[in-house]
Amino acid sequence: MVKVTIWGSLRSATDGQADVEIDASNFRELLDRLVIKYPGLKPQIQRGVSLALDGKIYREAWFAKIEPDSEVVLMPYMAGG
Amino acid sequence: MKNFHISTTVNGDQTEFVCAPDETLLDVLRNRLGLTGAKEGCGTGDCGACSVTLNGRLVCSCLVLGAEVEGAEIGTVEGLATGDHLHPLQRNFIDHAALQCGICTPGILVAAKALLEKNASPTDEEIRYWLAGNLCRCTGYDKIIKAVQIAAAEMRGA
Amino acid sequence: MPLDSKMNRVFKVVGTRPPRPDGVDKVTGRAMYGADATAPGMLVGRILRSPHAHAKILSIDTSAAEALKGVKAVVTSADFGVPDNLSIRDVQDNCMARGKALYHGHAVAAVAASSAAIASQALKLIKVTYEVLPHVTDVDEAMRIGAPVVQSGRVLENVAAGLSENVTSQCEFGHGDLEAGFAKADKIIERSFTTAATHQGYIEPHACLASMSSDGRGDLWCCTQGQFFVRSLCAEIMGMDASQLRVTASEIGGGFGGKTTVFIEPVALALSRKSGRPVKIVMTRDEVFKATGPTVSSSTDVKIGMTKDGRITAAEATLRYQGGAFPCETVSMGAQSAFACYDLDAVKTLGWNVLTNRPKEAAYRAPGAPMAIYAVESVVDELCQELGLDPLDVRLKNAASKGTKSSYGPTFDDIGLRATLEAAKAHPHYTAPLGPNQGRGLSCGFWFNFGGNTCVSLNINTDGTVGITEGNPDIGGSRAAISQMAAEELGIPYEKIRTIIADTNSLGYNDVTDGSRVTFAVGLATIEAARNAIKVMCGRVAKIWGIDENAVIWEDGCAKPAGGNAGSFDPMSIEEIAAISANTGGPIAGHHEVNADGAGVSFGVHIADVEVDPETGATKILRYTVFQDAGKAVHPDYVEGQMQGGAVQGIGWALNEEYIYGKDGLLQNAGFLDYRVPVASDLPDIDTVILEIPNPGHPYGVRGVGETPIVPPLATLSNAVARAIGVRIFNLPMSPPKLLKAIGQKG
Repeated sequence: MVKVTIWGSLRSATDGQADVEIDASNFRELLDRLVIKYPGLKPQIQRGVSLALDGKIYREAWFAKIEPDSEVVLMPYMAGG
Repeated sequence: MKNFHISTTVNGDQTEFVCAPDETLLDVLRNRLGLTGAKEGCGTGDCGACSVTLNGRLVCSCLVLGAEVEGAEIGTVEGLATGDHLHPLQRNFIDHAALQCGICTPGILVAAKALLEKNASPTDEEIRYWLAGNLCRCTGYDKIIKAVQIAAAEMRGA
Repeated sequence: MPLDSKMNRVFKVVGTRPPRPDGVDKVTGRAMYGADATAPGMLVGRILRSPHAHAKILSIDTSAAEALKGVKAVVTSADFGVPDNLSIRDVQDNCMARGKALYHGHAVAAVAASSAAIASQALKLIKVTYEVLPHVTDVDEAMRIGAPVVQSGRVLENVAAGLSENVTSQCEFGHGDLEAGFAKADKIIERSFTTAATHQGYIEPHACLASMSSDGRGDLWCCTQGQFFVRSLCAEIMGMDASQLRVTASEIGGGFGGKTTVFIEPVALALSRKSGRPVKIVMTRDEVFKATGPTVSSSTDVKIGMTKDGRITAAEATLRYQGGAFPCETVSMGAQSAFACYDLDAVKTLGWNVLTNRPKEAAYRAPGAPMAIYAVESVVDELCQELGLDPLDVRLKNAASKGTKSSYGPTFDDIGLRATLEAAKAHPHYTAPLGPNQGRGLSCGFWFNFGGNTCVSLNINTDGTVGITEGNPDIGGSRAAISQMAAEELGIPYEKIRTIIADTNSLGYNDVTDGSRVTFAVGLATIEAARNAIKVMCGRVAKIWGIDENAVIWEDGCAKPAGGNAGSFDPMSIEEIAAISANTGGPIAGHHEVNADGAGVSFGVHIADVEVDPETGATKILRYTVFQDAGKAVHPDYVEGQMQGGAVQGIGWALNEEYIYGKDGLLQNAGFLDYRVPVASDLPDIDTVILEIPNPGHPYGVRGVGETPIVPPLATLSNAVARAIGVRIFNLPMSPPKLLKAIGQKG
C-alpha cells in the first residue's frame, strides 16, 4: 500500500481526504485502482494527470515503479511554452 | 494597372526586374529577386527586419516601392560578406552570441554597418538609439550591443 | 537518466562557448525561415476574418469568390469534418470558425489564388451573413451570471455552482491549516491584482507551405516549435495517417510557446487538397496579434501573513484567468507555481478558467506563472516594507530548499533557490547607492521544466566525423549544446559533429520544443545515443583484437584496452574504426528513444534599479541583474541569452505591453507601433549570474533555463517602481499614464 496525495479540487471525490491509500506498484496500476476506489476521479484522470514520484515528475510513464515508501503526489498534466 | 520595368544595382550587381505599382521593395527583393535575407516582420516600418540601404541610406524596404528604385544602389545582408570572408560584424555576431533565432539579424547587421560607416566609434547609447528601430525579441539586445562594439573596435584597427 | 556518478569529471567541451552551427547561415541571410520557401505552381492563400467579437455565422456565400479568375480554391469549416477529440476539435474550430465567430479576427473562410492581389480581391467577394451577439472580454465580467456565454456545455465537473457557464474549470492546491497560520501572523496583507494579456511578439509571423497530392500524401513546411505535434494535429484534422503527412520545420524566427500549436496549417493543407497545388500562407502582423495565441489576462487576490521577524505563517491566492474563447488549463499551472518559492506550513491556491470573446491562449514561456508570482512577490515585498525588513533576508528566511514540501505537493530534491538568493545578496548591485526618484526591486521566480518524448540518431561517418539527427526545432542555440554533449561523450572535437533537425519521417515522435526541455531531454538522449555508438565501436575493436568486449574502453576518441591484462594493443581512433566499418559489420550508429523524466525545476532571482520621471511617468531601467540556477550550463553564452531575453520580455510585460480591447470587443492595438515591446534604447545591459546546482535527473546535471527568466521581472519592476515613487500599483502594465496618475494622486 502506498500513500497518494490528491490535490485540493479533487478531494471532493475522496471524501475530503488529502491523502489516500492505494495498493499499486506502478503508475498505471495506481490510476486504474484510484478510479475503481474513487469513481469521482475518473473524469480528471481521463483528461490526464502527471505523477510526482519522490519529487520527480512523470507525465505519462505507466511503468514508473512505485515503492511502498515512495512519496506519490498526483498532479495535473503539465505543459510548457 | 501596368507593371514597371526597373533597372537597379543590388549589392553591386546590375539587376533588372518587373513589378506592380503597389509592390514594395521588400516584396521585390524576396519574391522577384530571390533575396530572402530581408524579412517581413510587420509590413508597416515598425520592426526593422526588412532593413536595407538605399543609396547608402538605411531604410525599411517595406516602406519603399519597388518602382521607386530605378537607378539606385541597394545594399542587403547578402552583400555584407566578401566571397567567403564574413564582414567583421557578421563574424562577431556569431562569436559573441549576438543572435538566437536570427530573424532580426539581417536587419540589424545592415543597420549596424550603416551606423559604423557614419560613426566609427559610437558609444553604447549611440548604438542603442541607432538600433531602436530594429526589434529583437530573443536576446534582450545586450549581446548585440557588445558585438557591435567589438566589431567597431576591430574595424578601427584598435 | 541519473546524474553521472563521476561528477567530479572535468568537462572539456561542455561549459565552453563554441560557434553555433547555424550561425553563418543566419548572418548571411541564407537561413530558410517559414516564409522563405517556394514551390513550383505555388498559390497564395489568404484568410477572411470576423469583424465582430461574437456572432453567429448564418451563411457564407463563396460563389463570387470562386468565380473570380485566378482563384483555385475556397474553403470554410464545411470543408472539414468534426474531430471526436475535444481538444483537437477546439484547435480546428479556432483555425476555421464553425457556426460562430468567437472573437475579432476569428478565421471564417480562406482562398488560394495565383497571386496575392487576386487572393485579397477574392476575400472581398465572400459574403458572410452574421447575427451579431453580445460579447464579453473582461475576465471578471465573464464570470458573472448573466454574462454573454461564449460556448455552452464546456463546464467541467469540478466547477462550483453559482457562476457563469463561461467558468469552465476550477482547481485547488495546498496543504496545512490556513486559519491557524493567519492567527500566528503579526501582519497580514491582502491585495488584488490584474494583468493584461500579452503576446510572445516573435518577429517572424506564422508562415507555411502546404503541398497535398492526389494520392493522399502531403508535405508541409512551416515555422513551428514542434513538427511532430503539427503532424498529429493536421493528420487528425485532415483525416490522414501520420505516415502520409511529412512535416518539415523551417528555421524559426521566435516562438516562446506561441508556435506550439497550429493556426494556418490545416487551412493551407485544405486549400492545397482542394486546388491540387502547393499553397503558401503567411500571416500579416495584424493577423498575428488578432488571431494567434496571446497569454491569459488575470485577476488575482493574494493574502499573506508574516511574523514581525519575517516568517510567512500562511499564504492564500485566488486566481481568475481568461484564455480566450476555448477552455484552457493555464490557471492550474499558475495556481501550482504561485507559492513554489516558499517553504510553507499553510498554503492554499484556488483557480478558475473563464471563457471570453478573445483569441485562444497559447503558452508564453512559463504559462500561468508570471502573473501568479507577480502578485505573490508584490505582497511579500509590501510586507517587507511594512515590517521594515530586508526583502532578500525575508526570501532567504522562507525559501524552499531540499526537503521542503512544495506548495503544489511533491517534496523538493536539490534545488538552487537559496544559492541564487545568496548570490544576489552578495552581489554589488544589491548595495549600490540610489538617487532621487529611484528605487530597487527584486523578485524570485520558478518554473517546473519538463522532459518528454525524444528520439536521437547518431551516425558515425566513414571518415570518423559524426552526424546527429534530432527532432526539436532550435529556438535558443540547442544544436550547439547537443553537439557539445556528443563531443564530450565521444571525446572528439566539436567541429567534427554536425547536428540537424529532422522532418517527421526521419525519427520517432518528439514532443514540441517547450517546457525548457531540449538541452535536458535531447541532451540526455544524445548522451545515451553516443554511449550506444561507443558500445558498438568497442565491440568491433574487441573482435579485431580477439578479446572480450568488456576489456575494451573508450577514452579521448579512441578504443583502448581496459588494462594491462587485456593485452598491449595500440589505441584505435574513431577515424580508424569508422574507415573499416564496412569490414567489421557495417555502418556504425547509436540511437536512443525515451520519454524523459527527471527534469529539474529552475529558480531565479532578479534585481532591478529604476528611475521614474515624475513629470511623464516614464520608467527608466538603470540596472538589471538576473541570477538563475542552470544545473550545468552546457553553452554559457546561450544560457545567458535565455536569461537576458526572458528578462526583457518580462520587462515589456511589466512596463508597456498589453492587449487593448474597446467596448465593441475589437482589438485596438494589433501592431508593433501601439503594442510597444522593448527596444534597444529602453534598456541597459542585462547582467547575468549563472548558478550551477546539478539536477540529479540528468547525467551532466542540466536543468532547463528557457522559461524561468520571464517570471521574476513583473514583480521586480513593480517593487522597484513602488519604492521609487512611494506608491504601489496593482495592475500591469505600469505604463506612463498610470504612473503619472498614481504620482498625482499621492501628491
